[in-house]
Amino acid sequence: MAAAEFTTPELKDFPAIPALQRDAMAESKPYVASDKINTAIGFPGELVPDWEAKAIGHLGELLKKYRSLKVYLDACVHCGACTDKCHYFLGTGDPKNMPVARQDLLRGVYRRHFTLAGKLFPKLVGATDLTREVLDDWYKYYHQCSECRRCSVFCPYGIDTAEITMAGREILDSIGYGQKYSNEIIGKVHKIGNNLGLPGPALADTLQGVEEDVKEDTGVDVKYPMDVKGAEVLLITPSADFFAEPHIDSLIGYGKVFHAAGISWTLSSKASEAGNFGMFIGNYDQLRTIALRIREAALELGVKRIVVGECGHAWRVAYSFWNTLTGIGAGANDPFAVQLQSQLDHRYKQPAHICEVTWDLIQRGALKFDKSANDHRIITFHDSCNVARASRMGDTPGGQFDIPRSIIKAVANNYFEMAPGTTHEATFCCGGGGGVLTDELLELRVKGSMPRMGALKQVVDQHGVNFMATICAICKAQFTKVLPYYKFNRGMVGGVHQLVSTAIRLGSND
Amino acid sequence: MSAATIFFAVLFYAATAILVAGLAYKIADYFRTPAPLKIPTTPAPTTTGGVVLRMLREVALFESLFKSNLWIWAFGILFHGALLLVLLRHLRYFTEPVWFWVGWVQPFGLYAGFAMVAGLAGLWGRRFVVERIRYISTPSDHLMLALLAGIGLSGLAMKFLMHTDIVAVKAFFLGLMRFDVQPLPAHPGLYIHLTLVALLMIIFPFSKLLHAPGVFFSPSRNQADDPREKRHLAPWAAELEKN
Repeated sequence: MAAAEFTTPELKDFPAIPALQRDAMAESKPYVASDKINTAIGFPGELVPDWEAKAIGHLGELLKKYRSLKVYLDACVHCGACTDKCHYFLGTGDPKNMPVARQDLLRGVYRRHFTLAGKLFPKLVGATDLTREVLDDWYKYYHQCSECRRCSVFCPYGIDTAEITMAGREILDSIGYGQKYSNEIIGKVHKIGNNLGLPGPALADTLQGVEEDVKEDTGVDVKYPMDVKGAEVLLITPSADFFAEPHIDSLIGYGKVFHAAGISWTLSSKASEAGNFGMFIGNYDQLRTIALRIREAALELGVKRIVVGECGHAWRVAYSFWNTLTGIGAGANDPFAVQLQSQLDHRYKQPAHICEVTWDLIQRGALKFDKSANDHRIITFHDSCNVARASRMGDTPGGQFDIPRSIIKAVANNYFEMAPGTTHEATFCCGGGGGVLTDELLELRVKGSMPRMGALKQVVDQHGVNFMATICAICKAQFTKVLPYYKFNRGMVGGVHQLVSTAIRLGSND
Repeated sequence: MSAATIFFAVLFYAATAILVAGLAYKIADYFRTPAPLKIPTTPAPTTTGGVVLRMLREVALFESLFKSNLWIWAFGILFHGALLLVLLRHLRYFTEPVWFWVGWVQPFGLYAGFAMVAGLAGLWGRRFVVERIRYISTPSDHLMLALLAGIGLSGLAMKFLMHTDIVAVKAFFLGLMRFDVQPLPAHPGLYIHLTLVALLMIIFPFSKLLHAPGVFFSPSRNQADDPREKRHLAPWAAELEKN
């Protein structure tokens, strides 16, 4: 199935809420995972014969394990506050992309099988049996959600559709109806150590190439080390940083920051991936197993600090989940977590975001910049959803917004904000997050990026913005792909540390 | 003792039992079910005190809804605020002597009856007028609004159109509270009002009215943003570490 023909939405000054277009995206679905991909990570190879009973049974198990799911399925009053908040709804008009309607696909089955009202009066309360049609709707529409949590900001009960989508995908995986893109990547991370399937030697080769490029560019021997025992910092970064454009420019930037500050650091060939697609598919075991690689690498290398590169969902997993999953963090009294936490240096936040590290060094005067080196750029900042709404940086709420912006303003002269309501906690997803960054979903990705593209167009028209900085590997890859559909230059997206890299002064610091 | 009196006495005992037991069961169920991961919608408070304030703003002011949609917020806060005043006003039927502050509430509670119905009308209207909300509305969404509007209108009718003997109504409810059933005035408006109220109490634990206790258990709102400082571990997740 090739990606179907579609029309790129027109960008308007005031994005209107679209009229409903039923089934507008009913044909959009990702490739189903093959038998081989599924069984490699412990899921049934293909749709099991008794899928209906199995799926309902699995929903029952999840309801016992996740308070979020139970409360969110009960609490919705259909007020409609979320209906115009999802970028996929705004871009496609498909009513099933309204957050409440997306939730109702699962809620209907929950009501039918787990509530008295749904058992007695299904029609009255919108309860449905789990037919093949409903199952296929789950598959389609739980892969038209990027788990960006924008709806949860605006829900009076904080109902987070990401939790529902994760449960939906987890149920689908449990009956052998998983998505190829995410499950294949999870297989790679287990087998090879990163999402892109770059083996250790290839990685070492790439890093050597980076060192040579930086030397040629700056005349300075900046090191990009791997598997160095006793290094102070273990850097965990998305594997796209090792070779994709523009990602690699941020990797170069991280290395320059550590070099200029005189901090010894290392990458790990074992944990050469910050991304954790276990979260996307809502599977706790996968989420935990993938995260444990980082714990193991940290213990083996004996590092004092763990720092995470520019990656949105990885930062959510690191910041919000690592302490729970792997004991990376502080405040534990159980032997499992204490083993690692006693090794780490708690004068620093564990884990720390690379932006926290850089901003801390800037504030202490440890880094020097030539801001004019970025003068050819007129910059705006795209808040990545998982950083904005599911994590924090620094000591105060909202640090995840202030710190990256502060860094940009410290290294560049031209900065403009996009419109309020499209940034900070209300930021629009790039359209490619949460496990939909795959080519067969291109129509979804292009249409879903429309709200962000509209806000970008405003600052391009008004201020001549030519660079949209972001701190997420998925955002970078997604924008590189979709920008041309909206007549923008694909090269206008890049990382915050790409800007740092451009302006930083290496060598003597006086 | 009329058959109607006995019917309503039994009805209210049953409705109260179902409401209390049903809610207790649901709340205990929410309480027992673990939240394995830290998922506050950020920016979020970093302390428990901050979480309490966030929850207070959410419950008293509908903060998120205010950010989301001013129409729904306005109708929603009108309805809920008015309902609160009306409920407080009704405390006079259950207290003897009437608490002094319930006396103060009386005039406000009276006008609140109209505000409540107006708020409901606004919320209901949106279910017809706004295409997106029409799409997501189920029959039960409409019936719930009809039920609440019916309670409000039948109550207002008894105040302004056809009075009932409220002294006797009070004696009936005080009697119920002492398990000493007193005669209920024979009055069609009152019968309708009380039947609808009992129905609301009965369906509360089985319906979307669970949003009332649910909001307090919403992990995206009730968790503090401190995952790096404190280790958060659900019992079933802790088991995984023993393998």
